[in-house]
Amino acid sequence: MSAAQVPYVGRSVERKEDYRFVTGSGTYTDDIVLPRQTYGYFLRSPHAHAALRSIDTRAASSAPGVLAIYTARDLAGIGGLPCGWLIHSIDGSPMKEPKHPVLAEGKVRYVGDPVALVVAESAREAKAAAALIEVDYEVLPAVIDSASAASSGTALHEEAPDNVCFTWALGDQAAVDAAFAKAAHVTRFSFANNRLIPNAIEPRAANAQYSPASDSYTLYLTSQNPHVERLLMGAFVLGLPEHKLRVIAPDVGGGFGSKIYLYAEETALVWASRRIGRPIKWTAERSESFLSDAHGRDHVTTAELALDGEGKFLALRVDTIANMGAYLSTFASCIPTILHATLLAGQYATPHIHCRVRAVFTNTAPVDAYRGAGRPEATYLLERIVELAARELKVGRIELRRRNFIRTFPYATPVGLTYDTGDYEATLDRALELADVRGFPARRERSEQQGLKRGIGYACYIEACGIAPSAIAGRLGARAGMFEAAELRVHPTGKVTVFTGSHSHGQGHETTFAQVVADRLGIALEDVEIEHGDTGKVLFGMGTYGSRSLAVGGSAIIKAADKIIAKGRKIAAHLLEAGEEDIQFSQGAFRVAGTDRAKTFAEIALAAYVPHHYPLETLEPGLNENAFYDPPNFTFPAGTYVCEVEVDPRTGVARIDRFTACDDFGTVVNPMIVEGQVQGGLAQGIGQALLEGCHYNEDGQLLTGSLVDYALPRADDLPDFVIETVRGTPCTHNPLGAKGCGEAGAIGSPPAVLNAIVDALAPLGVRDVQMPATPYRIWQAIQAARS
Amino acid sequence: MSPISLSVNGKAVTAAAEPDTLLVTYLREHLRLTGTHVGCDTASCGACTVLVGGLAVKSCNVLLAQVAGEEITTIEGITPADGSLHPMQAAFKACHGLQCGFCTPGMIMSAIDLVTHHEHATREQIRAGLEGNLCRCTGYQNIVAAVMRAAQAMERGGRP
Repeated sequence: MSAAQVPYVGRSVERKEDYRFVTGSGTYTDDIVLPRQTYGYFLRSPHAHAALRSIDTRAASSAPGVLAIYTARDLAGIGGLPCGWLIHSIDGSPMKEPKHPVLAEGKVRYVGDPVALVVAESAREAKAAAALIEVDYEVLPAVIDSASAASSGTALHEEAPDNVCFTWALGDQAAVDAAFAKAAHVTRFSFANNRLIPNAIEPRAANAQYSPASDSYTLYLTSQNPHVERLLMGAFVLGLPEHKLRVIAPDVGGGFGSKIYLYAEETALVWASRRIGRPIKWTAERSESFLSDAHGRDHVTTAELALDGEGKFLALRVDTIANMGAYLSTFASCIPTILHATLLAGQYATPHIHCRVRAVFTNTAPVDAYRGAGRPEATYLLERIVELAARELKVGRIELRRRNFIRTFPYATPVGLTYDTGDYEATLDRALELADVRGFPARRERSEQQGLKRGIGYACYIEACGIAPSAIAGRLGARAGMFEAAELRVHPTGKVTVFTGSHSHGQGHETTFAQVVADRLGIALEDVEIEHGDTGKVLFGMGTYGSRSLAVGGSAIIKAADKIIAKGRKIAAHLLEAGEEDIQFSQGAFRVAGTDRAKTFAEIALAAYVPHHYPLETLEPGLNENAFYDPPNFTFPAGTYVCEVEVDPRTGVARIDRFTACDDFGTVVNPMIVEGQVQGGLAQGIGQALLEGCHYNEDGQLLTGSLVDYALPRADDLPDFVIETVRGTPCTHNPLGAKGCGEAGAIGSPPAVLNAIVDALAPLGVRDVQMPATPYRIWQAIQAARS
Repeated sequence: MSPISLSVNGKAVTAAAEPDTLLVTYLREHLRLTGTHVGCDTASCGACTVLVGGLAVKSCNVLLAQVAGEEITTIEGITPADGSLHPMQAAFKACHGLQCGFCTPGMIMSAIDLVTHHEHATREQIRAGLEGNLCRCTGYQNIVAAVMRAAQAMERGGRP
């Protein structure tokens, strides 16, 4: 602390957490071995849809090292895995919520559906014994294609005879129909938003232990939100009181959404750990990750955009079929609805929008939020159809966007959101400059001389982050609050431990949050420690997803820090014999206004813990405050991405030559970390655009079930990105002005890439290429256009 | 089960393990060197990369018996005991070449092999050289920057 301390916020300080990661001394769930450790292995269904006639575990039970084998019969009376968001259909009926059993009951419904848990002295023995379990399956027809699921004639669940989970809509249909009736032009676009498999490099893992001494459970888990996990598992499935279940998410190796959910595996482990009286560990093999992690995206959509004679958007009509997979995962139902349809205004002042979403069950793995979650689907739709419309109307693609930008804030969209602030021209103009769009024709000419087709594509995205105002979320169907919690524990020496309900699994909170606290309290960065990921330490938390941690979790921390300062003023007033109203706090010192009398933050902390001269009659000793922050609105990060590709028409290979991202995230705490978040998001978005696609065959076998078959972006698949975060428009309703940056890259990049490919191939007559735009698909599109 | 002798991080060890024990299993479960991670089952991700005789090897794809007599170096073996960092580790930290940290030890071991055996590698060569290591967080750009930075430091024989 010094009078002239340079603020930490806004500086690219190196990450506090990195020493342990670069030295291999982090502690991930699979690194933990408990005394008397046992190991679990899940026998999974090899069939997409089958009746379970019988399960014979006798031979397996007597295999070496086997301690126990459990099936659904043993779990009788245990609840199903709940869905945290209730959606109502247009007719007012609640969504169909068939039971999602921990272990398959009566039927298996996707390849990978867990059937039995084998517990043994070693992982090897558990796996070997599982091969001895004899399951008699009666194979049933599988429903794989979401578009025809409702008419397939085969039902996955009795509760949903047509496999429809819900048919939901948002927007004023009559107004949209009226606008289309008077439109000068209508552009239509049908597409599939490809199904993705998240693939955090650390596979899911769990280690569950029951302690008879305290009659309580401890679960180490690869989780993005340990408190939510505890609540769902304890209250809704196993009937365990929360104070008897501690969930610890230690170092977690990436999540991207896939580690939000309550899964069957950890639930079965917690239940079984008491039965056998020993801790049980399970770590997914990568093949299991492919089969059983919640997948992402998987929309089949038709969209229509109505425009007037001047190129103003009149209305947007969207019809989407969303694949839920075999069961409803924890947040599955809100992704294609609340996080998709509400984003369909994008950056545009489209007066009327209607979106209908039919969610269907299929014999595939459950589908839930994956980085962006609904917002990439909305952005892809909008930004592709806008460029298609521009081509059809022979209007510049940038020009058409400018004609329709929202320019006054706050702006209430016709799909339920109110954007508090933004400046879309600013990010667009800067992106065009950074991308050297003026130089594009010359670059295209050079490519042409080499027999290559060069194209440029744009995407102007918006997202809703800072999830979520609890009251609004509740009205929309959320079954939980969406606030965040924090505790600031000031130690007698003035050092601070911050307990946050946000969870860091790569985002760098241990650094970013410390920067925020150090500035607020005027203390050194090294005097602040961030603790997260343990329900036994952290008071409460909703966890990390939806780019919410800084905007919501950071705001809770600020609120707690301000309570500390408020109490510190009272203590200082007493010590300095001044009125509380005369005490000013800045740069880590409490001063009597207009004098040189002051107490440092550390002196106040010491006085609070050694209250010899202290107003004990009116003030408690100690310096420790909690805060809960419930955001009044969502935050709305936005920006423009520009992609330039070179396509070889002979091979269909598309190579990204340049990629420029210009974002408005409001206040940026650590530019280095923010840029890293954008880079990572771009890599995942470009993966969706060019490489990644989940494929089941018609029998429901996962064809892309390994890293050999499913193409994750590798270092040589990607270019160097040009990324800039503009000073922008800080969020107007949280104390930091932060909007969130974790998902933008994955949201904005797929349409930019595909628009660039279409631009490159437009001279050959190609109108559309579907994602992922593999060389084969591009080559086919070229051949189809030629013939 | 005949004993297998090898060197791990400069220390001679004799292993008594089942014949089908993988090197990574031995490192993680027998020696409790948990800095080496397992991310897949197809030798695709590279999180388990260690150095065998100075060359980057995916330790999930090698039997312990195959490395009898070899010198193995893991992430723990390149970390100075005094709390400082190897130039490659320091460069990853300085360039924000990691986020969740799970792929990082394998990435660092591959990168050390790369710069040791390819002087003055270009960005493109580094991208090609790291093709065997998956990172889902960073988009690789900062990893490439870190390897460039570390290469200069290692060529100077000093710290970045």
